[in-house]
Amino acid sequence: MQSHLLSISDLTRAEAFQLLDTAEELRKISDGPMKKLPTLRGRTVVNLFYEDSTRTRISFESAAKRLSADVINFSAKGSSVSKGESLKDTAQTLQAMGADAVIIRHSASGAAQRLADSGWISASVINAGDGTHEHPTQALLDAFTIRSHFPEFASDFTGLKIAIVGDILHSRVARSDVLLLTKMGADVTLVAPPTLVPVGADNWPVKISYDLDSVLAEIDVMMMLRVQQERMTNFFFPSAREYSRAFGLTNARLGRLQPKTIVMHPGPMNRGLEISAESADSTKSVVLEQVSNGVLVRMAVLYTLLGGLPLSAGTERRS
Amino acid sequence: MKILLGDARLVDGTITDVLIIDEKISKLETNIEDNADQVIDLKGALLLPGLVDLHTHLREPGREDSETVLSGSRSAVAGGFTALSPMANTTPVADTAGVVEQVFRLGQEAGLCDVFPIGAVTQDLAGTQLAEIGAMADSIAKVRIFSDDGKCVFDPLVMRRALEYVKSFDGIIAQHAQEPRLTEAAQMNEGYISSLLGLTGWPAIAEEAIIARDILLAEHVKSRLHICHLTTAGGVELVRWAKARGVQVTAEVTPHHLLLTDEAVVGYDPVFKVNPPLRTSADVMALRAGLADGTIDIVATDHAPHPTEDKESEWQSAAFGMIGLETALSVVVKSMIETGLMSWSDLVDRMSIAPARIGGYVDHGQRITVGKVANLIVVDPDATWTVDRALTVSKSKNTPFHGMTLPAQVRHTIFRGKLVLIDGELVGESNA
Repeated sequence: MQSHLLSISDLTRAEAFQLLDTAEELRKISDGPMKKLPTLRGRTVVNLFYEDSTRTRISFESAAKRLSADVINFSAKGSSVSKGESLKDTAQTLQAMGADAVIIRHSASGAAQRLADSGWISASVINAGDGTHEHPTQALLDAFTIRSHFPEFASDFTGLKIAIVGDILHSRVARSDVLLLTKMGADVTLVAPPTLVPVGADNWPVKISYDLDSVLAEIDVMMMLRVQQERMTNFFFPSAREYSRAFGLTNARLGRLQPKTIVMHPGPMNRGLEISAESADSTKSVVLEQVSNGVLVRMAVLYTLLGGLPLSAGTERRS
Repeated sequence: MKILLGDARLVDGTITDVLIIDEKISKLETNIEDNADQVIDLKGALLLPGLVDLHTHLREPGREDSETVLSGSRSAVAGGFTALSPMANTTPVADTAGVVEQVFRLGQEAGLCDVFPIGAVTQDLAGTQLAEIGAMADSIAKVRIFSDDGKCVFDPLVMRRALEYVKSFDGIIAQHAQEPRLTEAAQMNEGYISSLLGLTGWPAIAEEAIIARDILLAEHVKSRLHICHLTTAGGVELVRWAKARGVQVTAEVTPHHLLLTDEAVVGYDPVFKVNPPLRTSADVMALRAGLADGTIDIVATDHAPHPTEDKESEWQSAAFGMIGLETALSVVVKSMIETGLMSWSDLVDRMSIAPARIGGYVDHGQRITVGKVANLIVVDPDATWTVDRALTVSKSKNTPFHGMTLPAQVRHTIFRGKLVLIDGELVGESNA
């Protein structure tokens, strides 16, 4: 694995499974009496957030702290970034402060890659969501969550049927999920109105459907994406009600899912738009598991990229 | 002032000596004996008419930090151009006789190549009111080409009126074909690569819809239309269809669209961010075929200098554009001659004769014969060189060809009978 995680395409299939296995190890440790591991003691991790995302920032912060790293939160609001400082200057500042890893969230697609490739900084760069490009740790936590519910697919997702439903066009989660889940072998179907499927997606390794009802009965995993209200102003769909009727996980559709099917959502949810309150709160919903798994997966990523001490060192110290 | 060039090879393969007296070619013979002021033995290197660029951005007035008329002229001469036409999107916009005369005079003061300004079609490029087209045509700059380049003349009525209005002095409207609504916030060609990169797509149709509309308008009002920087296979088909119908349409392609594809955008380096965007390899092949068969009349650089800070950022906040004057010839050789699609004679037509004819630049783009104004370049067709952005003559460094090894090199440039580039060095600066 490289020293950065910018896109799921940076990972081989084996590396992806390895990261999930590492997260599994970390779960076992975390379930023990001592949650905090000393592996990244003395290392500095910077959360560089150009976009508000309290959930993702807290998840990374918590992951880094559980590995004993020092965490600096650098948010665009109230910092020099809001005064027009360039990405380059910010990067060089972080470099001068000795950051070992920079977790970047940015509204521009490719910002994480620019940071990693530019030579402005030598830290490991982790993409925490760049524009409408990718969100690789979200995909990893999704895969981790799926695996924990389908142990028979633990080492190979071949045969697992996953539907990703909603605004594919603007979704960094969808892009990373498609890359990762198909890399692991899953059979992925995108379900969306044609306006929200990117031109060019017909060359993605997925099936594309415009009819949610026709795929409901056969899927193992139902992944709902957030639909932004502002999409309506650009004619992507006529109204929230119409979207909800055609592509929402309504109570009626929830009832037609197989008993084993799980319902996922990267959050934050628009209850009543892409997902009904009953669906969100049903026993099929694993949304909160996704959140807690997010910390484990991000620990695994930080641990792997920063080359922390072997995990066993932490466990030995505990005993 | 007399210059004697020994053993020049013309595009038809003949070897000749050339005697230039003052501005003109005075003798074309083998073994000319003359006490010329300057004698250069070309040893069989190619002698071509100077290249003519109908699409350059010189940034003066307004953004002299990225290019000036002087620095752009130097860059042009280094690339083998003896005439260029700067676009109107300066600050202030070249939408009055005052601004085009200023640019024209700056070109004359630089004295390295002819600078024939292009005037704006609409005031401040806003697309709503016609600029003072007649005043610009009557000015000392004698503007004949009008363009809102950088922006599309989108309003069909404004475009129709502009096409009609310039007929009185045989002017031409050069359209930047970009449907604005279909390209809001667009970042790169819309297709497979944009779908992966999550960058807002710039569909080919946004270019083709305007080309189709303007062809029909030009046919209806019997005016001259020029399509700037064609980039799509569909656009080539439209122009081919229009020419078959006898519509007075000409078209250009840039060197970068002949060589690069949207796959260059993977990696998000904004040096590859350009308007119109890099397209697919199928489009590149169609552009090459169109240029070879004459559907596309000319190559034009769309030389677009930008300061480092405007390209050293995230993709979506970076400026659009690439510099191209110094690499144009080599890139065309690589994409058109090395591929066997065109001859050197074809290249001379597309980069010198045809653009001079479209612009009405009578002292340029002439076959090399006695009595013609000596706007000439000498090219070593067998040389190769590696592009280094640190060595650009242009004030700006935003070349997409950095690190690429390219064929053919401009050795000398003669502008109106005066050597302005000798052995690849600008005259008067070899010791600088």
